[in-house]
Amino acid sequence: MIDTKKENKDFSFSEQNLSLAEYELSKYPKGREGSAIISILWIAQKQNKGWLSPEIIDYVANFLDLSQIRVMEIATFYTMFNLSPVGAYHFQMCGTTPCMLSGSDELKNVLYKEIGEQNSVSKDNLSWVEVECLGACCNAPIIQINDDYYEDLNAVDLKNIIDELRKGKEIKSGSYKDRLTSAPLNKNVKFFTQDEIERISKNRKKPGLEA
Amino acid sequence: MLKIEDKIFTNIYGNNSPLLNSAIKRGNWDCTKTLIHKGRDWIIEEMKASGLRGRGGAGFPTGLKWSFMPKEVKDRPHYLVVNADESEPGTCKDREILRNEPHQFIEGCLLASFAMNAHACYVYVRGEYVNERYSLQNAINEAYSAGLVGKNACQSGWDFDIYVHHGAGAYICGEETALLESLEGKKGMPRLKPPFPANCGLYGCPTTVNNVESIAVAPEILRRGAGWFAALGKPNNTGTKLFCISGHVNTPCNVEEEMGITLRELLEKHAGGVRGGWDNLLAVIPGGSSVPCLPSEQCQNLSMDFDTLKELKSGLGTAAVIVMDKSTDIVGAIARLSYFYKHESCGQCTPCREGTGWMWRVMDRMAKGNASVDEIDTLLQVTKQVEGHTICALGDAAAWPIQGLIRHFRHEIEDRLVQRVFDVN
Amino acid sequence: MSIKILINGNEYEFEENLTLIQALEMTDIEVPRFCYHDKLSIAGNCRMCLVEVKGAPKPVASCHFSLSDLRPGPNGELPEVLTNTEQVHHARKGAMEFLLVNHPLDCPICDQGGECDLQDQALHYGINKSRYKENKRAVDNKNIGPLVKTTMTRCIHCTRCVRFTSEVAGTEELGAIHRGENMEITTYLEKGMSSELQGNIIDLCPVGALTSKPYEYHARPWELRKTESIDVMDGIGSNIRIDSKGSEVMRIMPRYNEDINEEWISDKTRFIWDGLKSQRIDSPYIRENGKLIAVSWDRALTLLTELIKKTDPNRIGAIAGDMVSAEEMFLMKKLMEKIGSNKYDCRQDGSILSNQYGRSSYIFNPTIAGIESADALVIIGSNPRMESPVLNARIRKRWLTGQLKVFLIGQEHDLTYTYTHLGESPKNIDLKNMPLNNSKNIIWLLGDDVFLRDDGMVVLSKVIDCAEKTGSIRDDWNGLAILHKHASRVAGLDLSFLPLDENYSAKKMAKSKEIELLFLLDADEVDAENKYRIYIGSHGDRGASNADIVLPGACYTEKNGLFMNTEGRLQETNRAVFPPGDARDNWKIIIEISKRINKSLNYINFEDVRADIRKEYPIFTNINQIEKDCFQDLNRLSGQKQKLSSDIFANTISDYYLTNSIARSSKVMAECSMQKNSVEIRNG
Repeated sequence: MIDTKKENKDFSFSEQNLSLAEYELSKYPKGREGSAIISILWIAQKQNKGWLSPEIIDYVANFLDLSQIRVMEIATFYTMFNLSPVGAYHFQMCGTTPCMLSGSDELKNVLYKEIGEQNSVSKDNLSWVEVECLGACCNAPIIQINDDYYEDLNAVDLKNIIDELRKGKEIKSGSYKDRLTSAPLNKNVKFFTQDEIERISKNRKKPGLEA
Repeated sequence: MLKIEDKIFTNIYGNNSPLLNSAIKRGNWDCTKTLIHKGRDWIIEEMKASGLRGRGGAGFPTGLKWSFMPKEVKDRPHYLVVNADESEPGTCKDREILRNEPHQFIEGCLLASFAMNAHACYVYVRGEYVNERYSLQNAINEAYSAGLVGKNACQSGWDFDIYVHHGAGAYICGEETALLESLEGKKGMPRLKPPFPANCGLYGCPTTVNNVESIAVAPEILRRGAGWFAALGKPNNTGTKLFCISGHVNTPCNVEEEMGITLRELLEKHAGGVRGGWDNLLAVIPGGSSVPCLPSEQCQNLSMDFDTLKELKSGLGTAAVIVMDKSTDIVGAIARLSYFYKHESCGQCTPCREGTGWMWRVMDRMAKGNASVDEIDTLLQVTKQVEGHTICALGDAAAWPIQGLIRHFRHEIEDRLVQRVFDVN
Repeated sequence: MSIKILINGNEYEFEENLTLIQALEMTDIEVPRFCYHDKLSIAGNCRMCLVEVKGAPKPVASCHFSLSDLRPGPNGELPEVLTNTEQVHHARKGAMEFLLVNHPLDCPICDQGGECDLQDQALHYGINKSRYKENKRAVDNKNIGPLVKTTMTRCIHCTRCVRFTSEVAGTEELGAIHRGENMEITTYLEKGMSSELQGNIIDLCPVGALTSKPYEYHARPWELRKTESIDVMDGIGSNIRIDSKGSEVMRIMPRYNEDINEEWISDKTRFIWDGLKSQRIDSPYIRENGKLIAVSWDRALTLLTELIKKTDPNRIGAIAGDMVSAEEMFLMKKLMEKIGSNKYDCRQDGSILSNQYGRSSYIFNPTIAGIESADALVIIGSNPRMESPVLNARIRKRWLTGQLKVFLIGQEHDLTYTYTHLGESPKNIDLKNMPLNNSKNIIWLLGDDVFLRDDGMVVLSKVIDCAEKTGSIRDDWNGLAILHKHASRVAGLDLSFLPLDENYSAKKMAKSKEIELLFLLDADEVDAENKYRIYIGSHGDRGASNADIVLPGACYTEKNGLFMNTEGRLQETNRAVFPPGDARDNWKIIIEISKRINKSLNYINFEDVRADIRKEYPIFTNINQIEKDCFQDLNRLSGQKQKLSSDIFANTISDYYLTNSIARSSKVMAECSMQKNSVEIRNG
């Protein structure tokens, strides 16, 4: 979906974002600045409340000295660029098989009920979309809300999250089970302390370091 | 079970700090200079001798890949590009390396770059991994401040720069040439090969693209010796590997284990076993969504390594084990993967662009029981028409899960299609 | 380096730098393809050209696979390529089926029908029954301007159009947005395309996704009579094919000529054809009481005869326009000589370029194809993109290789390649500012507008000085290149259709009271005053509307005629249709006039005219040849010490789409012009 209405608002980078963008440009060899297009669009999207308007496409094309259609190609190829407005909290719900096996359909129902159709912004400024594998399958099912991952969710957790967001409260990211990252949820798993690891490491044979 | 002494990733769960101080205590950045001073030939020979096979899915010997780079730098600079565009469904190991073991990884980048005469390394992190990207950047900043990378990295005399680049949501960018296109600021559409990246890669320069895990294990292999690594696992399938276990197990997790561990041991020792017990296993997808599934009969004494799985017409892929118990609608599960490939096809070449959509639509109807039995054969033929005819491997990856499904669960589809006829009448 | 390979069991030897598809073509093995085009970069995306290479795990795309990538077998066997195996057929049939599953079955209403690559190849590789039970994809059409009609549901995503616009045309306008099966070809937010070469994407499109908007539903290819001819819209004489049905030209297509237009033509060349049918003069007219009234040929010619007879021959002049053939000028000159006047000129724009310094002083010596061996180009007072878009594309092609430095003296324009701008006036022609030391083959390109300046010949002399100092004029390379934008100019100069005295140049005759009767042979760009004006031509444009007697003639699609292009290459037009109504061939009109005034030019048929012109001017003998004279005459031009003006080089093309009487009669050209102007106004 491409929102083509120009709002006749000029877009330009804020001072902070301009220096961020220039930092991105500096990563690439001279003459290869086009490499930064994804990060530049990303910075612009962040500044514009999560979506890319035609003004931004124009601005970025100018900024990188590319034609508008080349920028548009990039903006439509990569799914994280939104070409129509999104909510203040944009839920990206992973629906690919590992999440599906772990109950993402349940989450999808909650999102339909609480927020509405995909790709539309609710009255309380939330939006959602089903995305493909987010790469945190051991913590399935997952939803990415803006930049953060919310893992090991169930319908109740998700409902709570939405309610808290509506109340304007901070929510915690990461696993919603009592669990350390992607470690097994098992009281018997031994986590080694820093000192133990250090000792083990020192005792290892390291023939590679010998002359 | 892999002993803690033999583990490479000792902070994969992030119970300790990912920061430099802590990483050094864990043994990262230990005499990196010494390793560099042993020379690039030594590094590449060690890597070859270790038998390490690429951890990104294809399992190509890493040392051999490194040796493909031109021996000398001529008019074009060399690049190392690290593929951290982890998006293969079921796979979530690189994420943990990036956020919990970044120094292990950065050290690997330095050693690999040095071995291949590259002064610059780009790490292509998938766009969704925002926080992981910050963690990695933070670690890189620490490494620069400590003189571990940058000019005269680790006082080795080698100048080395490492940059984080990110994507924005495209599975296809995990294909190495699509990744290079994307890194050059274009759409992530795979290139025609030859030429291969080692000859003509990033910006037309010699480039090697490696998976995060392949790079991150390199420093420990070099320090502890190829012999140590090669002694683990099985011949031609050596060393340790991060397994990602998801789906219907009691405690899904990432875990580092020895190659060749049996599936059952892997699931029961680490993932709390199959939900409802081993006998409740229906099938597993042993290596990420792209490889064909295996029915429980083939899982009984299944050794998790490249060669065994290949013999079973499946693959170790990224070692992402997706477990499905008997409650699973396996047709629906594979249909969902077909949707994934249709969604992620770049659209460049005909068989994939048109075939993935076709296959998904048929799969979707089959999952709903809304197809005729003879369509199973048509579907199989369509997968064969896609397989091997596309520019990159995405076409194959889209075809294989369906082929696996039909190979092992044809009765399941037929039953459903027939059952629907009974139900309707 | 050459390489021996086995193709289907037969041994062949090829140059190693070929691709497989090129090699296969040389052995007359047909390889189906949609995306591959030998003038564009290789995309390898349609997967129709797959072949089997022994030892390769999968079939390979022959368009992309280089012979140098072939490897001998394990025991040193020759590399082997197979094109007729089961594997190859399976792959191609598969690709074809995939292309068809989402292609609409609308061939009966598709303009591409009958000349559609997909249709043709489906005959060989298609399966006669559809196995696809889903709904076909529907894609919204895109409005990309007045020339190219889109039916995007038919698109097979070969990306030829995208590659053409960004590579050849040099305007990054088309792109493929979205991905996977949702990929769509479009311009940015459906902006109209601006390229002057955009019509070529219609030819490139292998299916009916991009078709000609003006030609929409006009004809079927098998109904059309095809006439090979050349174009007269600019000075390069692009090779064209005129497709006509009955008495009407239905469309104009490019014809392949590697030396001139490769396989491209400009939009003016392609879409001018509606102008051939409107504003046509189909009857003689004479002016009575200030108004033009239609009369019979006899009445008009009788009046003309009287006028000629009562006018002092020295007060009769003739001006030839820019789209007249060599034969017409030859006969007009003969007629004037018979009348007793030597006051004729082929330079209606007021150019002072003459033929007194030899042929190499007024042609494009390095040749158009020669641009591809140039390593530096100095453009002086020209905007090649407007004056000759196809030639400009050739410059861009060379520039893309990275081996051409371009300098510009004159007004700045977007030329689709980068250049170093050295200033705007002749004073800026200074070798000190041009790093040409390492350049061997330098082209000094002068626009013909330079010769509208009083100091035009001084500029030429200065440029020749520079050219000689940089070694750009030698036996194997003459870098002096005059870019003419008028189709008949070089022939006019070759035929000396020029006044002996510059006081009787076209511009001066038009204004001078001394000239009482003036023939305007298809000349619409001069405003003649205070005299009887006899217009012989095809369109009711400026020339006819000011004339006192109008004699309806034929235009280039309606006559056989010789033309010299800017390179000095002889080419000919061929009649595709007859002129409308009472209009007649110009050469016959001239001969009829000669008879009426009893000074008959004794030609009965056209071949006699041609034989005579060849006798007097042997240069008009060999079609497709460039007759070069020696360069020594250039020396006479060199070192002239007159003063250069500091006026800037002005470009006279104000509107590319409206440069001649046919173009001004074309609705399509008017639409293009309007679109372009509105874009320019919008962009400030």
